[in-house]
Amino acid sequence: MLAKNDYFCKIFNEMNILSLKLFWEFFKIGAFTFGGGYAMIALVKNALVERHRWMTDDEFTECITLAQSLPGVFAINMALYTGFKIAKKTGAGFAMLGAALPSMIIIVVIAAFIQNINGYKVVNDVFAGIRPCVIALILVPGLNLLKKAKLTKSTFWIPILTCLLICLLGVSPMYLIIAAIVGGVIWARATIGKTASQPSKKEEETK
Amino acid sequence: MIYLQLFWVFFKIGLFGFGGGYSMVSMIRMEVVDDYQWMSGGEYADLLALSQMTPGPISINTATFVGYTQGGILGSVIATFSLCLPSIVLMAMVVSLFFKHKESPYVKKPMQVMNPVVAGLIISAALMMCNSDSFSSYISVIIFVATVVAHYFFKVNPILLIVAAGVVGWLCG
Repeated sequence: MLAKNDYFCKIFNEMNILSLKLFWEFFKIGAFTFGGGYAMIALVKNALVERHRWMTDDEFTECITLAQSLPGVFAINMALYTGFKIAKKTGAGFAMLGAALPSMIIIVVIAAFIQNINGYKVVNDVFAGIRPCVIALILVPGLNLLKKAKLTKSTFWIPILTCLLICLLGVSPMYLIIAAIVGGVIWARATIGKTASQPSKKEEETK
Repeated sequence: MIYLQLFWVFFKIGLFGFGGGYSMVSMIRMEVVDDYQWMSGGEYADLLALSQMTPGPISINTATFVGYTQGGILGSVIATFSLCLPSIVLMAMVVSLFFKHKESPYVKKPMQVMNPVVAGLIISAALMMCNSDSFSSYISVIIFVATVVAHYFFKVNPILLIVAAGVVGWLCG
């Protein structure tokens, strides 16, 4: 009897409870993310890395990079990846549901009942306050990511060029992501070719 | 029929949409306004403003909204689900491959190059939001600096910061 209880307890702990906790965290995050998916990074990191310690800072950086390299909604990719990492398939499903559900509920309610949300002065005032806050909440994780990238003399130009291409020339992020992946593969080929004869080059780059 | 159309439109966008919500909403616009003519450009602009003002990912908000106007609640569920479907399939494939070949140079090097690029993408998203609309008064500058300090140095919960910023905006408005 006890063993049976333990078994169920384990199942609940491993799947349902953790997944439900994930769902709740992402539900809260989804309900408070203003300004799109990037603004979500700070909230997800705070919940999963700093408060619950479900994943390390490095694993979270990996998550952002992967979520960004795949097509689709960034926030959903992020939820799926972190959810899977923490509680496998159930976790991924619940995290995604949690991230999407608040949006859907709020939008349906607004679409059904409210004609013109911009018309209220209160709404405009509140958003005047939230907008600069959201920019800061996007900027800080961006800078943290930059710190994590451990830039060297040979790579420091990459983020600067990325910013210039996007902000000034309006290049689609898709091309930059493809270019980065192609560049990485070429780099991998080059180092594999060289490791046999010239190991010093690889060492230099990892520093 | 409308449900199938909604599914197809948002599935395509989920599959080919890269680089965050803002590039995806222009894809949605092309489909919804230009191709299917479900709404006028002006109506879409209103809808977009609303999607930005309500919490959650912008593309999810837009998909839900378009789905609701075309096919009620079922329409909104279908639109949102089909937007997420490519992500689910791709993530399922990539995650297992990624964990299996994590140590391979063909995974490591592209990740290493992606890192600074993604940092650049996110920072430029923040930079592009810095306009007179966001920084309308000196109070916005104070809110910005206070959020950076509180979040970066003291790791204050961002949800708390957003609520506080909203309250400050309301009080100063």
